Amino acid sequence: MRYEAPETLEAATALLAAEMGIARVLAGGTDLLVQMKTDMVDPALVVDLKRIGEMRTITKAVDGFHIGAAVSGAELKEQVELKQHWPGLVEAANLIGSTQIQGRATLGGNLCNASPAADSIPALIAANATVSIFGPKGRRQLAVEDVVLAPRKTALDKGEFVVSFHIPLRAKGMGDAYLRFIPRTEMDIAVVGAGIGLKTDPSGVITAARIGLGAVASRPLHVKAAGDALVGSKLDKAAVDKMVDAVRAACKPIDDKRGTIEFRIKVAGVIAARAAAIAYDRART
Amino acid sequence: MAKHHVSFTINGDPTEILCETHATLLDVLRDELELTGTKEGCSTGDCGACSVTVDGRLVCSCLMLGVEANGKAIGTVEGLAKGDKLHVLQEKFLEHHALQCGICTPGFLVASKALLEKNPDPTETEVRYWLAGNLCRCTGYDKIVRAVMDAATVMRGA
Repeated sequence: MRYEAPETLEAATALLAAEMGIARVLAGGTDLLVQMKTDMVDPALVVDLKRIGEMRTITKAVDGFHIGAAVSGAELKEQVELKQHWPGLVEAANLIGSTQIQGRATLGGNLCNASPAADSIPALIAANATVSIFGPKGRRQLAVEDVVLAPRKTALDKGEFVVSFHIPLRAKGMGDAYLRFIPRTEMDIAVVGAGIGLKTDPSGVITAARIGLGAVASRPLHVKAAGDALVGSKLDKAAVDKMVDAVRAACKPIDDKRGTIEFRIKVAGVIAARAAAIAYDRART
Repeated sequence: MAKHHVSFTINGDPTEILCETHATLLDVLRDELELTGTKEGCSTGDCGACSVTVDGRLVCSCLMLGVEANGKAIGTVEGLAKGDKLHVLQEKFLEHHALQCGICTPGFLVASKALLEKNPDPTETEVRYWLAGNLCRCTGYDKIVRAVMDAATVMRGA
């Protein structure tokens, strides 16, 4: 195995594109090193992306936040302004693993590990995030919900990697939240996760809503019909019921030791409704 | 097998090694530097026995390559005591019987020290959540949490 730690995007993509064997990018390594240890993958090349400045910084611009894909969860948590704008996203990222894992794990890794149960993805969908991807043909943008295609499979081509996430600034009347179900209070993988981002007008009527779901299909879902069900309401029961129905209709989960199909579909509706209530409160304060 | 020249500090001391690409920081600490205070438990980031700090940040040394340590400041359990003088956390772990077999203890000590440097006055809930990534199969955690809370009180007064 070769280890390279390039300092530019161009150098990183050149290394990845030229490798004939298995190449892996290394950010926090909390998934990659476990996969190597358990012989799930034996890369010929590991490209450490942490020396590339853009991947390690969070900047606030007029168009929103640009979050480097290799920023750790612990670093995200310390970004007071980001937390004020998108508390649901920061909370979702901080649910991943222990304090030790947070010291290394990154948003880019959580996305590109391509688990249907990744906690940060539904919250990124709710926040309307786009990802900036760099590769042999230069840079391109993709909506976050279009990155994961299936378990362990992403829309990234050979030589490509995620550089950063773009999230709009939170305007007045916007709020977000992420909740997940796990059978205990810490250190587990989501049985179901739901992220909600809402926009309200001054009278409290919802004018836009985005709902992301995790662990209920082969990839994280953006459920447009569920968000649309809330638009025009003040989160009254009829609108929430309609949203819950749309959430449950979108679920195509698996049966496994963490939860049955029936349980996941039921709980997806319950936690989506709870997350919506939190997001609405945040939008109104 | 290619070897990398890696330099970093361990508990403040500048150190240089030749490191194999595959070796984790945990392998480097235990096998190259013979700093065996840091324990290997699960090797997959679940148990926290291998906890160290990297530039002040708490991490599992089993989930980091040795080559990634280049230029970093590493802190291990060996850095807690000053000669024969134990760190307050170590004294409190003894006083509260916060260990039995002891294999998780270095990880708990390093994690607790990182907590108290960041938050000198944690609530019990904060201690329990911070230490959720450190597993102990002997004590049931209660004595550990009491030891950390007591150490925090002493350290605030010092």
